[in-house]
Amino acid sequence: MPRLVLVLAVLAVATLLGLWWRSRNGRFTPVERSVLDRAARLDVAGLPASSGTTSSDSSAPRPSSSHATSSGPAVASRVDSLVTPDQLGVPLGATATFLQLSSEVCTPCRRTHAVLTALADERDGVTHVDLDVAEHLDLVRQFDVLRTPTVLLLDPAGVVVGRMSGATSRAQAVGALDHLRTPEESS
Amino acid sequence: MTDTQIDPRGPRFGAALTAVLLVVVLLLGTSTAAVVVLAVVAASFALGVARGVQGTWQAAVFRALVRPRLAAPTELEDARPPRFAQLVGLVVTGAGLVLALFGLSAAVPVSAAIALVAAFLNAVFGLCLGCEMYLLGLRLRSRSA
Repeated sequence: MPRLVLVLAVLAVATLLGLWWRSRNGRFTPVERSVLDRAARLDVAGLPASSGTTSSDSSAPRPSSSHATSSGPAVASRVDSLVTPDQLGVPLGATATFLQLSSEVCTPCRRTHAVLTALADERDGVTHVDLDVAEHLDLVRQFDVLRTPTVLLLDPAGVVVGRMSGATSRAQAVGALDHLRTPEESS
Repeated sequence: MTDTQIDPRGPRFGAALTAVLLVVVLLLGTSTAAVVVLAVVAASFALGVARGVQGTWQAAVFRALVRPRLAAPTELEDARPPRFAQLVGLVVTGAGLVLALFGLSAAVPVSAAIALVAAFLNAVFGLCLGCEMYLLGLRLRSRSA
């Protein structure tokens, strides 16, 4: 009976979709270390990313081609991976900022909001900002946000170090904070 | 109305009833009976869009038969997301109906299958497919504007 097979096939597809969706919710995806390092290096060297001056020239000795970790003026040109306090509307957290992007038609957004607000209240230096995607399409485009809620984790300079989407549990949020702390201490 | 809070188990139960009806549509193939049942589903979605998901007959069944047997809900949810989901369901099933009325009978099982995936995900996983797609729609709209 082909119709019954069709029904079962549709339900099987839906089940696989649901399991995949559930496994992705709240999973923290860090921005690759190499990407962050490269951005930082470009800033320190002051290169406008032009193709003419590659390191193979070996003519101009750059002041500090090593992994200089000065984060003061270096952040200025990390535009693509950077969120400014102006965009947030509030100052960045001293340790971390959870930038949550939500929409009004989104039930998991409320749950994630409650989780992150509680976490920010408990921990010094951790800030939580919840913005409506409809009013912040610039951020949606800048970071290729496809679903709500999407949470971007920002370091103290506003650099996006990772992201989560979908309903996010407290354990997942705490795990994301741990990820932020580890590379900072090692450098 | 904008701040109406509802028991989140209501829409999920309603989606389960809708899923059963959509299975019936698929089993009836492209017959007239299939079109009629699909029309009932579309009308239910229309009711949900007009009055909110708590105004559908599925919600009435939930309140009368299911909720009295359950413990109080641990959390409430805003009524707007499930209402938006009803709109997505109406568009999918409505399109199938309109195409069927214009003679494209294959549209009946196709739209029923799409709606069944959405209703099943909502009932079993609590996933609101229309809500997940909301931002994509917003991005497309703002680009063309």
